[in-house]
Formats: sequence, C-alpha cells, structure tokens
Amino acid sequence: MPTVEFGGKSFNVDEDGFIDDYKNWSEEWVQYVKQQEGIDELNDEHKKVIDVLREYYEKNGIAPMVRVLSKVTGFKLKHIYELFPSGPGKGACKMAGLPKPTGCV
Amino acid sequence: MAKHETPMLDQLESGPWPSFVSDLKAQAEKRAKNEEGINFQIPVDVVDDLLGVLELSYKHGRTHWKHGGIVGVFGYGGGVIGRYCDQPQQFPGVAHFHTMRVAQPGGKFYTTDYLRQICDIWDMRGSGITNMHGSTGDIIFLGTTTPQLEEVFFELTHNMNQDLGGSGSNLRTPADCIGQARCEYACYDTQDLCYDLTQEYQDELHRPAFPYKFKFKFDGCPNCCVASIARSDLSFIGTWKDDIKIDQEAVQAYIGGELPPNAGAHSGRDWGKFDIQKEVIDRCPTECMWMDGKTLKIDNRECTRCMHCINVMPRALRIGDERGLSILAGAKAPILDGAQMGTLIVPFIEAEAPYTKIKEEVIEPIWDWWMEEGKNRERLGELMKRQGLQRVIEVLGVDPDPRMVQEPRHNPYIFWKEEEVEGGFDRDINEFRKYHQR
Repeated sequence: MPTVEFGGKSFNVDEDGFIDDYKNWSEEWVQYVKQQEGIDELNDEHKKVIDVLREYYEKNGIAPMVRVLSKVTGFKLKHIYELFPSGPGKGACKMAGLPKPTGCV
Repeated sequence: MAKHETPMLDQLESGPWPSFVSDLKAQAEKRAKNEEGINFQIPVDVVDDLLGVLELSYKHGRTHWKHGGIVGVFGYGGGVIGRYCDQPQQFPGVAHFHTMRVAQPGGKFYTTDYLRQICDIWDMRGSGITNMHGSTGDIIFLGTTTPQLEEVFFELTHNMNQDLGGSGSNLRTPADCIGQARCEYACYDTQDLCYDLTQEYQDELHRPAFPYKFKFKFDGCPNCCVASIARSDLSFIGTWKDDIKIDQEAVQAYIGGELPPNAGAHSGRDWGKFDIQKEVIDRCPTECMWMDGKTLKIDNRECTRCMHCINVMPRALRIGDERGLSILAGAKAPILDGAQMGTLIVPFIEAEAPYTKIKEEVIEPIWDWWMEEGKNRERLGELMKRQGLQRVIEVLGVDPDPRMVQEPRHNPYIFWKEEEVEGGFDRDINEFRKYHQR
C-alpha cells in the first residue's frame, strides 16, 4: 500500500487514493486530496459536505445515499459537483476519509 | 516471442470460432512491432501481460483483479470502471487496467471513418483491446491507466463529438433494436426515441443520483431483439392498436410454396411442405385465425399481437397502422430478491417526437417515486414488489387495468383505504360491546 507525505503527516492510501483507515483522517488529508480532486479553494460549503459525510458515517457506519446528502446539506447534486468535480463518491467521500464506494460502479 | 508462456490459452486458438486468444496475440505483436510509430501512452506489453494474468487465472481457477476501483473524469460520477491487477510486479502492464464505457450510436450503425478514429485514440492511449459491445450497449475500451482517462475523454469529446456511457447508480446507457432502419416490424422509431431520451437525460446518466442503476431499452416490436423485457428497468416495446394487414395473394404464395415460411429461417432442415393450418392457425395463442375458403381471416379483437403469424409470413402479414408502444417496468437480474421481467404498466402510448407524454407521464413520475422511496441499492422492480403494483398505478395517476395482471390475486389479504370503507377505521370497543358480550 503506497504512502503519501503531506504537511508533515503520512497517510496510507490505496491505488485510487482513498485513505486506508477512517481514523487516520486529519485536516492535512483534506488539503492533500484537494489538489488531486480539482478543487482550487476550500470554502464553508466544502466543509459542510465533509462534516455531514463524517457525521453520517460515524452514526450509521455507511456513506449516505446521494439523496440524503442533498437533503441534509441543502445542496442539489449539481452544486455538489460544482464543489467536488469528481462527484460525491470519488470526490467528497475520499476527502472526508470514508471507505471507497463499492458495488457495481 | 511472447512475454509469457500460455499453454492453456494456446489451446483456445484451435477450432472454427474466432479465437480471442489469437486476436490478442496479434494485437500484442502489433504493439511490439509498432510499425505506425505510435507514441504509446501505456505499457507497450499491456496485451502480453493481460494474456499472462489470464493464463495465471486459468491455472489457479481464480480471478487476479483486485476488488473494485474508483476512477473517473471530472464532472462525471460514472463512465469508467477502475481495475487493478493483484499481481502488479509480475504483470506491470496491467497494474492499471481500467475500462471506459463509450456511448454507442442507435442500432450500432457505424462508418469505418468513425471506427478508425476511435481506434486511433485507443491504440495510443489504451491497450487497443475493446469489447464491441458491452451487454448494456456501450462501446467498451478495455484497459488503460488512470492518467490517460482525462486524455481519452478530452479527445473523444473535442475531436470526435463523442461522450462516455453510464455506470454506477444512475441511468445507464440506453440501447435499442435496429428498428425502422432495417425492419418492417418496427412499430416506432426505436433509434429516435433512444437517442432523444439519452440526450434528454444526460444529467441522470453522468451523475449518479438514483438509489441504484436504472436502464432503458427500446424494442420496435414484441420480438424484443434488444431483450428490453428482461434487461431494462423500463422497457419500451412497440405494438399497434388496429388490424393486422393481410395480403391474401401473398398468403396463397406461402400456401403454394412460392414464398418460404419464416423468410427461410428453417431451410437448414426439411420440415415438409408449409402447412398454414399447422404452422400458423393452430399455433395462434388466442386461436383467433381461420381460413375462410381461400381467405385468411383474423379476429383482431382477440389478437394479442404475439408476432407469430407475422414472423411466419412476413410478406403476407403486416403490423397495423395505429402504432405506439407498451411500457413494462421492473426487470432485473436475481440479486437481491430474485430475477424479474418487466411488468406491464402502460398498455399503449403514442411514440411520436418529442415524446412529451412518455417523459412527463411515465418516466419522470416513476423516477420521482423511486428516488424518494427506493432504498439504497433497491432496483425499481424490488420497490414494486415491496410497495405493490397499486403504488405504480397511483404514481402514474391511471386507473387499474386488467391488462396489468396475468391473473387476479388468489389470497384474500386485501388492503382497503380508510376512505373506501364506510365509517372509517376509528371504532369504539364499547360500542361493539353493547351488542356483543364478553
């Protein structure tokens, strides 16, 4: 498993750049993923999506459905793609430190 | 000289059927020679390593691809299936081996010019291996690396005016039968409807917003050449409302043997002289056909448009002129709660551009309902099972129709709405006790 160094911290990631363990998430991780996922500047809306994802994951042990994410944040899917060009799965979940989405993707 | 020994795969080069192994070897050799001087963007020996890892899987009887893979292009949530080999040191050429889905044209009609262009892109930026086509319909580019995804996407969109297909929990790439392009049975323009809906719902196709995957397929008639009834969540099947057109002279030509039945489809064996009674009239599922002297008669009111008589005598019998389509919903493969084929939800609807009625009265209400009520990874067919056909009827805002069921229910567990029951559900036990002692 490759390791990346960023901001004085090191993270274990898989080929797709997802973090190996939710517990290893930190502010530096967010900054690291930012440059990979085509995001110039992080704003409060990015933060809100990440907070919602982390809160939901901690409570339920899974990532929320897209519809639930839209409802809780109040952001339409279109806006989520404006914030995270790779979308809620590859973009936001990766940044929030959630496990990689699985299934027939 | 091949990079890996492939004794088991080599056996698949014998026999009459086109051998995928021979083709892959030819491609491996072509890349090694590189006579065109292509500036390969992924390992030159990708095909050799693919054969190597496949041979290893033949030996072990196990796959050697890692679980899952999340890659893609910015702006889209699907279209690319990420894949990594679990023996990257042994087979570095396929350490990354992502699949790209490319949207195909209706009926899969191509010009060589177009195919040459996509091959040029894929030779340089991918393995040069394809699947023509995936079961859902897409052109499949098999095998490239993550950095090449955006490059391929840029070239497809900017130079070829060509988009990716769908993957993930979204509208997958719609597909159709060849329809009116080359078939006299087609009851509507399958390619036009398929194209129109694909364009209309690009957003739903590229950015997963559904509880699970959702597929459209378009069949021009009940023969179902694209198998929509079994392979799509919403299946559009052409049909007609008026009478089958009969050319009595051609009927006689079939009886006389001048025209072969089924357009000669059974000519490989001697089935005897064509017998219209045995092969058509007695096979009609509703027994609504008969010969009146030398005239073939059809009681069209009793015809279920199964296509059999038309299929047997295509020169004599034609589909009617009042055409449209039926919509069936809910087909899916077994996971999770069993395989399903489509259930009839719209017996007949016009299929004329711009298809507003189909979009606004069927597709979008169904989506609204399923997006709101569907559980995570629950196909439409499963939601229909969970909440009942009654809910579909409510969602569509139509009256229940006997054609929507094969037979009525045999169990008496019948729900009533409170407003349908005189006096409602709010009852006082003390009232009851006045007449019935404990």
